[in-house]
Amino acid sequence: MTTLQAPIQPPAKSLRWGEGALIGVFSLFALFSIVVAAKAYTPEFAFHAYLFAAASIAAVFAIGNRYMNRPAGPVPQFIDGKPNYNMGVVKFATIAAVVWGIAGFLVGVIAALQLAFPLFNFDLPWISFGRLRPLHTSAVIFAFGGNVLLATSFYVVQRTSRARLAGDLAPWFVILGYNFFIVIAGTGYLLGITQGKEYAEPEWYSDLWLTVVWVTYLLVFLVTLLKRNEPHIYVANWFYLAFIITIAVLHLGNNATIPVSVFSPKSYILWSGVQDAMFQWWYGHNAVGFFLTAGFLALMYYFIPKRAERPVYSYRLSIVHFWALIFIYIWAGPHHLHYTALPDWAQTLGMTFSVILWMPSWGGMINGLMTLSGAWDKLRTDPVIRMMVVAVAFYGMSTFEGPMMSVKAVNSLSHYTEWTIGHVHSGALGWVAYISFGAIYCLVPWLWNKREMYSVKAINWHFWVSTLGIVLYISSMWVAGILQGLMWRAYTQLGFLEYSFIETVEAMHPLYVIRALGGILFLTGALIMAWNIWKTITTPQTAAERELALQAAE
Amino acid sequence: MHDTYLGLAAFAQTGGLILFVVAFLLVVAYAFWPSKARKKEFDDAANIPLKED
Repeated sequence: MTTLQAPIQPPAKSLRWGEGALIGVFSLFALFSIVVAAKAYTPEFAFHAYLFAAASIAAVFAIGNRYMNRPAGPVPQFIDGKPNYNMGVVKFATIAAVVWGIAGFLVGVIAALQLAFPLFNFDLPWISFGRLRPLHTSAVIFAFGGNVLLATSFYVVQRTSRARLAGDLAPWFVILGYNFFIVIAGTGYLLGITQGKEYAEPEWYSDLWLTVVWVTYLLVFLVTLLKRNEPHIYVANWFYLAFIITIAVLHLGNNATIPVSVFSPKSYILWSGVQDAMFQWWYGHNAVGFFLTAGFLALMYYFIPKRAERPVYSYRLSIVHFWALIFIYIWAGPHHLHYTALPDWAQTLGMTFSVILWMPSWGGMINGLMTLSGAWDKLRTDPVIRMMVVAVAFYGMSTFEGPMMSVKAVNSLSHYTEWTIGHVHSGALGWVAYISFGAIYCLVPWLWNKREMYSVKAINWHFWVSTLGIVLYISSMWVAGILQGLMWRAYTQLGFLEYSFIETVEAMHPLYVIRALGGILFLTGALIMAWNIWKTITTPQTAAERELALQAAE
Repeated sequence: MHDTYLGLAAFAQTGGLILFVVAFLLVVAYAFWPSKARKKEFDDAANIPLKED
């Protein structure tokens, strides 16, 4: 009808408010960064300022380019009655997670080899153990884990709200801005820029940048929830929301610093002495509690029911699980400071709350595992389910071990030893990485419209190779930690220490070698996954479908 | 400064404790209260991930 009356004319395209504002802000920021680079106190800081300038200019071009290529009208919220999901950002973050994961595991293997054979430091300051170690932890937690959380949260909030992700440029700003933060943080460690606070090493300017990105993330997530077409907010979204809000609060509290100058990478924290230490471990432990636990529990509550095709075992239990974690986790941090200058009552408080945490952790584990009740055969037939169930089992195991280690008597043996490293890795490799791998194996075929992963056999290989790696890793670290702890506290009949420090180091050498081997196996598993993902995306059909097609042809 | 600390600590150890415990008990009561209507609500919510577009 309309074509008869008027020739088809594209509606006039104009710059949206957000596009114009962002182009303006990034242009100014590029200029500002160049000025900072020119006047920077150190060449390392100048390098970072130039990176900021380059990224800002790239952002201006990207927004302009996107404007030229996009249709004039607004993005439709629904197409044929179905929500028009924004999956571009999810795809990007999924791939970023895999790439960063492999980089982070590789750096971990190198760090493990450096401990076993110091030769691997190569006498170069940039890749010495002291700089690679934070690079490893940040790469696996924030780069790999962070991108998994970004990808899955944007996927889950859209699917369970039946609504398109809020914002036009905002989701891309979150994903790209976060990954830019990773680049700044990582290159900073190698160049020697650090606050020296565990998991909070990035300096003030990276922290400020992350704050802007994170607040945008919170807004995108919240507004998407607000425009949902479901009466309920599914429990996974509660966990994501708790993760986003708490990380924002922790980040601001532990990074309340004053820079020496806008031209200097160095800053000083407002807190002093034991208060600073308490702030650090309030932050550090809740980074474990809300980043590595609450965030990944959201994955458990979405991907296990989805993959097993049955609802979560008890929705009531999931509500109590959520609130119990929220009420209890935040108090557990002082157990990182047993037998220090922290007041005794605070240490006991931390210990008590850590022990109470057993209850919600195991409630959550039971909820995740029992979701499979009546479908246990899937453990045998579906390696993705098996990976996620083993992840939940590791969640149970490491949340049993953690409270035990927080008891002062146990801590007097375990603290500062390799046992802690073993504990962290049973949580990080067994729980966080496995639930992430499971989610990625679910997501990739869904996002790229494939029936299944390219090779299910390869998923099986990934599972068994990585599991062997984890077993080698944590058992060697248990033995190393207890050995180390016992050697440190051994006295002679005359009351002198029985072993010199270097003797304890020597005793651990074989265990360090076993640990490095475990890490190599885990990395190998991840490489198998990367190959499988690559083949899934680039091959028109999966191997199983090809086989079926061949059989049909015969 | 010291007085501020003492005041906050006194509140945290009494009112704050009661507030948190009561709030948590309310959550537990909400989640486990035997109610047909709420059971349906929870069942609906639990099935959200399984719905297809």
